[in-house]
Amino acid sequence: MKKSGAEIFVDCLLKEGVEVIFGHPGGVVLKIYDILLDAPLLHVLMRHEQGAVHAADGYARATGRAGVCLATSGPGATNCVTGLVTANMDAIPLVVFTGQVPTTVIGNDAFQEADIFGITLPCVKHSYVVRRVEDLARTIKEAFFIAQTGKPGPVLVDIPKDVSQAETEFKYPAEAKIRGYAPTYLGHPGQIRRAAKALAQAQRPVLYVGGGAISSNAAPELRELAELIHTPVTTTLLGLGVFPETHDLAMGMLGMHGTYWANMAMCEADLIFAIGARFDDRVTGRLDAFAEKAETIIHIDIDPSNIGKNVHTDIPIVGDVKTVLRALIDVVKTIKKDWAGDHQEWLDTVRGWAAEHPLRYHQDDESIKGQYVIETISKLAPKDAIITSGVGQHQMWAAQFYRFTQPRTWLTSGGLGTMGYCLPSAIGAQVAFPNRMVIGIDGDGSFQMTSHELATVVQYQLPVKIVILNNHYLGMVKQWQELFYNKRYSHSYLGTIPDYVKLAEAYGAKGFRATKPHEVLPTLQQAFATPGPVVAEVVIDSEEKVYPMVPAGAALREMVLA
Amino acid sequence: MTAITTMAPRHASTHTPHDKASRAHVISVLVENKVGVLARVAGLFTGRGFNIESLAVAETEDPTLSRMTIVTSGDARIIEQVTKQLNKLIDVIKVVDLSRETFVERELVLVKVRAEPEQRAEILRVTDIFRGNIIDVGQKSYIIEVTGDGDKIRAFIDLIKPIGILEIVRTGPVALSRGSKAIS
Repeated sequence: MKKSGAEIFVDCLLKEGVEVIFGHPGGVVLKIYDILLDAPLLHVLMRHEQGAVHAADGYARATGRAGVCLATSGPGATNCVTGLVTANMDAIPLVVFTGQVPTTVIGNDAFQEADIFGITLPCVKHSYVVRRVEDLARTIKEAFFIAQTGKPGPVLVDIPKDVSQAETEFKYPAEAKIRGYAPTYLGHPGQIRRAAKALAQAQRPVLYVGGGAISSNAAPELRELAELIHTPVTTTLLGLGVFPETHDLAMGMLGMHGTYWANMAMCEADLIFAIGARFDDRVTGRLDAFAEKAETIIHIDIDPSNIGKNVHTDIPIVGDVKTVLRALIDVVKTIKKDWAGDHQEWLDTVRGWAAEHPLRYHQDDESIKGQYVIETISKLAPKDAIITSGVGQHQMWAAQFYRFTQPRTWLTSGGLGTMGYCLPSAIGAQVAFPNRMVIGIDGDGSFQMTSHELATVVQYQLPVKIVILNNHYLGMVKQWQELFYNKRYSHSYLGTIPDYVKLAEAYGAKGFRATKPHEVLPTLQQAFATPGPVVAEVVIDSEEKVYPMVPAGAALREMVLA
Repeated sequence: MTAITTMAPRHASTHTPHDKASRAHVISVLVENKVGVLARVAGLFTGRGFNIESLAVAETEDPTLSRMTIVTSGDARIIEQVTKQLNKLIDVIKVVDLSRETFVERELVLVKVRAEPEQRAEILRVTDIFRGNIIDVGQKSYIIEVTGDGDKIRAFIDLIKPIGILEIVRTGPVALSRGSKAIS
């Protein structure tokens, strides 16, 4: 029996086990939307396509499965670009479908035509324009395969209107065959043995763990290895949650706003073991002063191009983090060594640094400190709560002060640093896990970039709790202007606009506000206990800064503590 | 704690100073013969700040495949990134840095030269020395074709320049590794 492209589209999604699409309809995708109306799929109508991509991204980070979104041609498609780059930078599996004008008019500057394939070439892991309905099923199969295997990433599939209307026999391929694509999963056994040997010889080793360990679902292996070899663990912004922050080997986040002890450990380590992390500039600080005392750097990464890109690696291991760690643990177990005894001095040193300069702030009776709000949220939230964030001071405080204990509970835009990510990604996470608590920790600047998605939250009655740390400024911009631009606050003041409680109420959400320190706990308690969508505004001290801070271009050792 | 010797800087571009010299590399890339592949490859070079000195591409004996010959330059770290980033593209099937082995390269140049009667003998002589051909004869001009490696092409152009070049087009080199080994 012949089916239309639109029917094939829906059938393919069902075959892939897709349960939800985040999207926004428009002219050239109406045939697809017509079929969607009767499909056993949840479609979440977002208010802007950027929100749709972030929601799909949040869904993907929370579940590990590809997030799916659908947008129309032209502006619908171009609105997806920020979401695509956000996902591409952080290696998040997405399949983004865009409509396109009919093949007969492509290139004619037709109404709502944009060359989204061309525009997004550097924004995606891979992309397609489907020119014949006969190619649609195979293309969708490949798109899901590419998005979710190897180093995950977003795949764009552009479907012209006439392709969704044309008919053909539907046959879904059993597997995708792509001759130019064969990710390496198994680490080289010789390299794994070398790594084990190097670990055994190290006096001052550090495990430096990134988002790759989360993509690979390697939290159990990481913990087993860390405990086996009694080695402290620091995580990147994207790695938070993969190792419990409550563990006595946890050093928290490293890098520009990392903890003193994590950064000192990186400076003093004789062995750095990078696990699914890519030596980002926010992690390394000034490169020529990075890891000066490291005699050995081991690096596991599924993406060979990350190895040796910024930092010279002695023992590269290309492969899947989980698979490689499993194999490494087996080798390490054969080594006879008193790991605990041998590393005691090193762990004492690290703990000494932690005691010397812990993360700290001073909460007085007058103005609320952002850090205090995060600590309060951390105390109130259940262990499996999912936290999303925007970008800026609130994000860094959340990374520093929230005690993450489980992977896939911290959704944040790391690589691209996309303000506006918090609310739509919270929608994606809440749709994925209707029964878990989803808390969006946002800043006033970030929140305003996508606040219209409150309409989506209310329409679907998603019980998302958004906590806005409102300092009336673009706080991180202000911090840089204060420290590096002579306190000339050029265009970083946002004012007291809008009234967030009224805004929430205008959308039909519940609004709360705390302005004094003693109100924070009861307000958040009440906000979290309120069913349905909630926005809680907490007015915080705009003078408070994020510390420690490694100034841009400085070495990790040169971090400013306060 | 034990005494610690300070190690060489970890910056990937400074760790091996002897690899820092920038030089030209000829990279052979086997790709899917599909829409957009050239744009992906070219975009990768501009997006990541790599040089393209030349790029030649056409279909192979298998119409589903194309082979690109790219001449790029950079130090060892950059060339390693070029090959790794190319390999990441889904439509790229194989990448070989030919400069790491022995290879042959040929480039084709077409030169339109002023050819007044008194210059024709000289043009023919130079063309002959370079084993080129005159492939178009006009009232006042010739078009000469010459193939060879980069040095030969440059030498030819230098000799013909004083006569008066009207137009010139070069393909950029195409290259294959020597011997029976094949990239596929």
